[in-house]
Amino acid sequence: MTFQVELVSPEAIAYSGEAEMIIARTVEGGDIAFQPGHVPFIGVLAVWSVDVIRPDGQRDTIAVHQGFVQVAGTKVSILSDVSESAGDIDVGRAESAKSVAEEALIANKDDVDAAEALSRAELRLRVAGG
Amino acid sequence: MAGGKERVLRRRIGSVQNTKKITRAMELIAATRVVKAQQRAREAKPYAEQITAVIENLAAGGAEIDHPLLRRADKIERVGVVVISSDRGLAGPYNTSVIRAAERQVQNARAEGADYSLIVIGKKARDYFAFRNYTIDSYTDGISDNPTYENARQVAEIVASMFIDGRVDRVELVYTEFVSIGSQKVATRRFLPLESTETIAAEGGGDAAATGSFEFEPSPESVLSALLPRYVEARLFGALLESAASEHANRQRAMKAATDNAEELITKLSREMNRARQDSITTEIMEIVSGAEALGSDDKTKIQEPVAAGAEA
Repeated sequence: MTFQVELVSPEAIAYSGEAEMIIARTVEGGDIAFQPGHVPFIGVLAVWSVDVIRPDGQRDTIAVHQGFVQVAGTKVSILSDVSESAGDIDVGRAESAKSVAEEALIANKDDVDAAEALSRAELRLRVAGG
Repeated sequence: MAGGKERVLRRRIGSVQNTKKITRAMELIAATRVVKAQQRAREAKPYAEQITAVIENLAAGGAEIDHPLLRRADKIERVGVVVISSDRGLAGPYNTSVIRAAERQVQNARAEGADYSLIVIGKKARDYFAFRNYTIDSYTDGISDNPTYENARQVAEIVASMFIDGRVDRVELVYTEFVSIGSQKVATRRFLPLESTETIAAEGGGDAAATGSFEFEPSPESVLSALLPRYVEARLFGALLESAASEHANRQRAMKAATDNAEELITKLSREMNRARQDSITTEIMEIVSGAEALGSDDKTKIQEPVAAGAEA
């Protein structure tokens, strides 16, 4: 049994397809996996990746920076302002963003922007590498 | 000399022809842009619908909280008016009608004894309001032609922070709704405070599965408070996209009318020019004939010379 996944960005539907399982991470809640038949669910996503396991066993990893997931019946919608799949990620840029953010954090431990930038860069590298 | 009128007309036809070339080019550009803008507006719909659907599900789950974006002021002291216009003109009545609707909102606010704050998008509205000495609180340009979500986010953030800080108690959004390629109309919508989640749900537009009993993580309240700012952004983004599509549709129509007018003018002027040329030829012949006759009556031998001179003139 599979369900329909849609990754919706404000500008377009960025990804859509069939999936056997979806693994995401919610704010405060930690990792959560959905399989068809899951109870209706709405969650706020953390800055983390969403893994879509397709019926043929392939795994698509998408970096989702802030968003929501809604599971209803046989349909999963992921709403996100910013999302990137592995192919869209500029590894060089993410690496330089990471080192800039790290330096900023050494200078000022409470720099919230730098901490956010660091987590975004780390996520990008993880998705691109994985 | 008789050729003077003809020359003037010929020059005018030339200049109208050049104008026609320009308006025709603008018409074609607008035509391709309107298709693109329409497509973008269509592509942005799923996101807005999904967000509405989530709010519907939240409302069904009974989540109703005190969010700053839902704050309802007891007394409206200042009304914010967001107006979306274009940066460039030659778009027919597009800018004038949206600006007039915005000015009406400002006047309404004054009539209610409230102050106003203008949040202006697009050069045209800025020029209009600045010229009439209105205070403009926020101005953004360069985005109305081809707005991105990031643009919408920035403006939405300005508006939302004004509202949350209590600098405005109500915000109206004035933009142009794209009904179809042949019809666009100015729309004034309540932007903030947001309707309660129940009202958003009742107005619908989303494709809620309405299965009830959702699980929320971390909690319905925190989902809602993360969701509402996105909802505001998505609404503004939708309005920007519709306005952009309307702008291009209006420009296309205006330029088509201008091209048609130019064509008509060219036909009329060519007819006038032909008549003028015909007149001058007739006059010339008359002069020659009468000259020849006058000469011929007193001396037959001199007839050849004046005719040749007349033909050269």
